[in-house]
Amino acid sequence: MRQVKSEVLFNRKVISGCFVMGLYCPEIARSAEPGQFVHLRVEDREEPLLRRPFSIYRVENEKIEILYKVVGRGTKILSRKRRGEKIDLLGPLGKGFKIDSTVKRLILVAGGVGVAPLYFLTSRWAIAKMREVIVFLGAESKERLLCEEEFKGLGTKVKVATENGSRGFKGLISDLFAKWLSSGQLLSESLICACGPLPMLRKIASLSKRSKAVCYVSLEQRMGCGIGACRGCIIRGKNGYLRVCKDGPVFNAQDIDWNWMP
Amino acid sequence: MNGLPDLRVKLGKLELKNPVLVASGTFGYGEEYAELIDLNKLGGIMTKAVTLRPKEGNPPPRLVEVPCGLLNAIGLENPGLEVFIREKLSFLRKFDTKIIVNIAGEKEDDYLQIAKRLSKENGVDALEVNISCPNVKEGGLSFGTDPKVIYLLVKRLKEVCGLPLILKLTPNVTDIKEVAKAAEEGGADILSLVNTVLAMAVDVDTQRPKLGNIVGGLSGPAIRPIAVRMVWEVSGAVNIPIIGMGGIMKAEDALEFVIAGASAVAVGTANFVDPRTPLKVIEGIGRYLKDKGIDSFASLVGSLKVQR
Ligand SMILES: Cc1cc2nc3c(=O)[nH]c(=O)nc-3n(C[C@H](O)[C@H](O)[C@H](O)COP(=O)(O)OP(=O)(O)OC[C@H]3O[C@@H](n4cnc5c(N)ncnc54)[C@H](O)[C@@H]3O)c2cc1C
Ligand SMILES: Cc1cc2nc3c(=O)[nH]c(=O)nc-3n(C[C@H](O)[C@H](O)[C@H](O)COP(=O)(O)O)c2cc1C
Repeated sequence: MRQVKSEVLFNRKVISGCFVMGLYCPEIARSAEPGQFVHLRVEDREEPLLRRPFSIYRVENEKIEILYKVVGRGTKILSRKRRGEKIDLLGPLGKGFKIDSTVKRLILVAGGVGVAPLYFLTSRWAIAKMREVIVFLGAESKERLLCEEEFKGLGTKVKVATENGSRGFKGLISDLFAKWLSSGQLLSESLICACGPLPMLRKIASLSKRSKAVCYVSLEQRMGCGIGACRGCIIRGKNGYLRVCKDGPVFNAQDIDWNWMP
Repeated sequence: MNGLPDLRVKLGKLELKNPVLVASGTFGYGEEYAELIDLNKLGGIMTKAVTLRPKEGNPPPRLVEVPCGLLNAIGLENPGLEVFIREKLSFLRKFDTKIIVNIAGEKEDDYLQIAKRLSKENGVDALEVNISCPNVKEGGLSFGTDPKVIYLLVKRLKEVCGLPLILKLTPNVTDIKEVAKAAEEGGADILSLVNTVLAMAVDVDTQRPKLGNIVGGLSGPAIRPIAVRMVWEVSGAVNIPIIGMGGIMKAEDALEFVIAGASAVAVGTANFVDPRTPLKVIEGIGRYLKDKGIDSFASLVGSLKVQR
């Protein structure tokens, strides 16, 4: 974990309301693991006060990238950053995807900007280990679909669902995933990893459980320090509270008490 | 000494290498921050609250960001006194800085038991008695708002514990001077103020409270002027040293507290925003003294010039 002043290398819009920002930070790039995040200060001001957490989306040499959606004050300020500006970063933080050597297949389920940590995971895992990866990508419409080409470029099988049916399966990505599961295509030695909106994660977790497959989810919660000290970002686990920033953000879905999730 | 101003301060029996501490609950037990900054440089560490038995804390969400501030309802989650001593204190002891243990309880006897136990441990330099955490339904608030209760609590704590006793005051009272005087009469060695300001936020979409606990404590720059005012009022009412806190983000903010009457300050919420804040504040105070040609920090304390 480091605190660095990192230079913005680029900040470009990928679809309306979503941006990719490249940041020069060799120390963080070197040690980042898929599923980890950075906690960044959008401005050296008292308002907005707190840092903002973002999953690491790509790592290349001395650079990391984040993929973010503008949802409020902080991300709006972020979207206006230009090349050459400096941003204060804390990272890499949290526990990422721990994938043991018995896993032969990765089944990824991504909703919206939830693709970010899963893309990093794939780029590390698929290329390094030459194993099979199937990606379920969900979005509202084909215009809002993220990373389809990039995932294909890594040699993965991509399955798409859009809510309005403008591309791929018409409906929610969790419905497409459920359909796929019920057709018996989930082979042994598969690991399911999901990131996206909470209702989606809840469904993927319960479907995975029914199929007796191990499922990892990357969760979000309002954060304070981001490093485990303030105990602000907790969620309820099977054996008491867990810190999203330190015990997660990636959890085995089995360890989460889903009845307590909002 | 290469022209650097002397930042040492004496708060009664408690001597600090510089007047900048980190506030309880915003620095854990130091473990996480030790990876980011050199803890030996701090004037002292005020630990997250310790209770007699482990405490699970409040349901989520526990944090909400508000304009220039943070609303929290952690609910004193902590592993309890025994685990604290075994695991956390043994870690903190390794550093060359003052360790001030923040203690909380639901009844007087809890405080007495914790204080007795901690006074036998090595490496505890002072106790900070949290009678002001607004989150805990049982007792919490009433301990800190009733001068009679405070007087008795402090008096009994002094009987069982020889460590310097810091009483942490809540701003959620009509007249903080009354409470401060009661603590002084009871025998408190130092006062620290302020704890968080009782507050609330509502999600209008869902018509639900934004915090799991409904209400919580406001901290950060939003409460700084309230805190400075209270330090000023209390410093005129008591003769014991004050540790000032509330929204300190930079040296200038800390200096406001000092000039208003605080002998030391604590950085809280700012640790979340920039873990280097306490070190920057120490540097900034040094620079200020040098620039102003003031040779001792002590002479700045309470130096507020008021025109009459
Ligand atoms: C571990 C983790 C990884 C994340 N990765 C990404 C990512 O890769 N891409 C992306 O677009 N978003 C990601 N998010 C969500 C992102 O942090 C929020 O969208 C962002 O903080 C919103 O800030 P804002 O000021 O624009 O919104 P506001 O609504 O104005 O923010 C108000 C406060 O609420 C907090 N907040 C709001 N939404 C969230 C949220 N969903 N999760 C946590 N805190 C929130 C903010 O940090 C801030 O403190 C991640 C969240 C977490 C916890
Ligand atoms: C997340 C959080 C947890 C806190 N926990 C404690 C605590 O355990 N005991 C205590 O006495 N004060 C606690 N406080 C209060 C702070 O120590 C401090 O008095 C207050 O936040 C005002 O300072 P600030 O504005 O610089 O944060 C907590 C504050 C925050 C933000």
